Amino acid sequence: MLLKELTEAFGVSGAEDEVRNILKREIESLAQFRTDALGNLLFEKPGKGKRPKIMLAAHMDEVGLMITSIGKNGWLKFDTVGGIDDRILVSKTVVIGPQKVKGVIGAKAIHLQEPKERETALKSKNLYIDIGAKDKEDAEKKVKVGDYAVFDSQFERIGSDLIKAKALDDRIGCYIITEILKKDYDLVISGAFTVQEEIGRRGSAAAAYAIEPDMAIVIEGTFAADVPENKEEGYSTTLGKGPAVTLMDKTYIADRRLVDRVLQVAERKGIPCQLRRTAFGGTDAGSIHTTKEGIPTIVISVPCRYIHSPAGLASLTDIQNAIDLIDALIIDFQERGLGR
Amino acid sequence: MKELIKKLTETYGPSGEESQIREVIIGEIKDHADEIRVDVLGNIIARKAGSGEKMMLAAHMDEIGLIITNIDDKGFLRFSNIGGVSPFTLIGERVIFENGTVGVLGMEKPANLFKNEMKDLKFNNMFIDIGARSKEEALKKVRLGDKAVYYRNCDILGDCATAKALDDRAGCAVLIRVLQNLKSPRFDTYFVFTVQEEVGVRGAKTSAFGIDPDLAIAVDVTMTGDTPESEKMAVELGKGPAVKVMDRSVISHPRIKEMLIEAAEKNKIPYQLEVLEMGGTDAGAIHLSRSGVPSGGLSIPTRYVHTPSEMASIDDIEKAANLLLCVLEK
Repeated sequence: MLLKELTEAFGVSGAEDEVRNILKREIESLAQFRTDALGNLLFEKPGKGKRPKIMLAAHMDEVGLMITSIGKNGWLKFDTVGGIDDRILVSKTVVIGPQKVKGVIGAKAIHLQEPKERETALKSKNLYIDIGAKDKEDAEKKVKVGDYAVFDSQFERIGSDLIKAKALDDRIGCYIITEILKKDYDLVISGAFTVQEEIGRRGSAAAAYAIEPDMAIVIEGTFAADVPENKEEGYSTTLGKGPAVTLMDKTYIADRRLVDRVLQVAERKGIPCQLRRTAFGGTDAGSIHTTKEGIPTIVISVPCRYIHSPAGLASLTDIQNAIDLIDALIIDFQERGLGR
Repeated sequence: MKELIKKLTETYGPSGEESQIREVIIGEIKDHADEIRVDVLGNIIARKAGSGEKMMLAAHMDEIGLIITNIDDKGFLRFSNIGGVSPFTLIGERVIFENGTVGVLGMEKPANLFKNEMKDLKFNNMFIDIGARSKEEALKKVRLGDKAVYYRNCDILGDCATAKALDDRAGCAVLIRVLQNLKSPRFDTYFVFTVQEEVGVRGAKTSAFGIDPDLAIAVDVTMTGDTPESEKMAVELGKGPAVKVMDRSVISHPRIKEMLIEAAEKNKIPYQLEVLEMGGTDAGAIHLSRSGVPSGGLSIPTRYVHTPSEMASIDDIEKAANLLLCVLEK
């Protein structure tokens, strides 16, 4: 299953090769593609050459860790790459570097902690990765400073409709694009599997500049906070209620006319769809919509609980509905143009 | 100038929802520009053709505001900020939506907050009350994603105007006056009324790319150091427009800075120099466009920036327009 393969692949920002290779294999027979200087995988499916030329974008990278030093006892210090809540790190298993060395994130044992330390969450700077090395020399045989680490987490089905995996943000988007590329349209379908979104939307800026589309659809995994002890106004998105359309986040304000168009298409086709009810976060849309003279951009996200952790949850029905919605939207642009 | 400032500041136009203010500005300039276009993000780009270098003048037409993120069963609206709004300036405030719906800011557990927890006040402890009794009733007036701005009139206090959104409708007023009065431009001049400055100079980025100017001046408000116990800043109300030396987003290009200072001195227009330690302007995006654009700023000294009652001197605004005219006229 492609979603399993994509979410289990290793691809922290700046080291997206594994994910890119999987995607190359998947789209080889579907579209023309090339890898740009930053590592974005740009693709184009010419269709019947009609405009508007649509750019689809999903980022390949995921949040993770980078090894910053190796201590004399062989313990690894690390820094986080992208937004990780330090509190989720303790006792997690990670996979490090090209040799895929396994390690455990360790901390001072509870009986050694001062009373004050027990009351506050451990910070990443107080943690270390234990790879079972005898000493520094032994550790250096397996890992180097600068190696990346990702959570050691397998894809699983949970309940009747949910999947559990790391990196749902944004391998879900990558998966959805491969499904869209299997369909035939009259429009030029271009786009990019982007790099380095999690550390500041760096890949998509270069990708949009090169592609120069008439409009863009960014496909994301976004946070769903529909959990106990959170009030409904704090949910942002809800699992199982369909893909979410962004009105505003820290990087982008949607053009209301485009949002309304997405909602109309969803309603006409009977596809469940929700508005993203928060203004936090950011996506590749932030850099794409201000590229060159400006690009009309839509963000469609699949809700994910426990995002940026080893165990995110998403709904397979939401993923299918996102595919159906984007498909319907492309057909709508094909039939009615950009309409601006 | 008073009427123009009143009209501009009282018009609705938060970042991303600039249609109403755009229409008002186009109404003011349509008989004076050689061509006017609106780009993808909604910037107004008005050209007054000249033969020389391309000069881009930018003033942003958006203002800070609030965006609705949730509507509850009882019809109360939750929101997030658009740009630099503080929860504290919202206490007791009224806001207005694009369709004219007025709302009042309320907060959870107000008694506790007023007693000892006020410093913890956050947007998610606050809500907007539009007088609706239910979600259905609220939805007739407001949708998720609708945006609101401070609901305030512009008042003239002596030589000063106090209003919401003087940041940066004061700059828009300057550009409008200059465009209306410019006879024979020394430059091929582009007057740009930008969008989404308050959320990260987004309109300036795309419009600068489109115009590809040789020079640029952003006209925006700046802070002052002339109120009781204020932060130290050598800018005062009523001492003339301020020539920007630097802010957090740009270090003014010497050519622009000297062009402005020279014109002020030659024409005996009082001016001040501005070093702004907080905040940035459209010049921040413009000067980094493509392979770089020599850029600077001309600023209107303004007190209480980003509150519902910003204050600027009308005389400063008029002098800023005069100074720019001296720079631009052959």
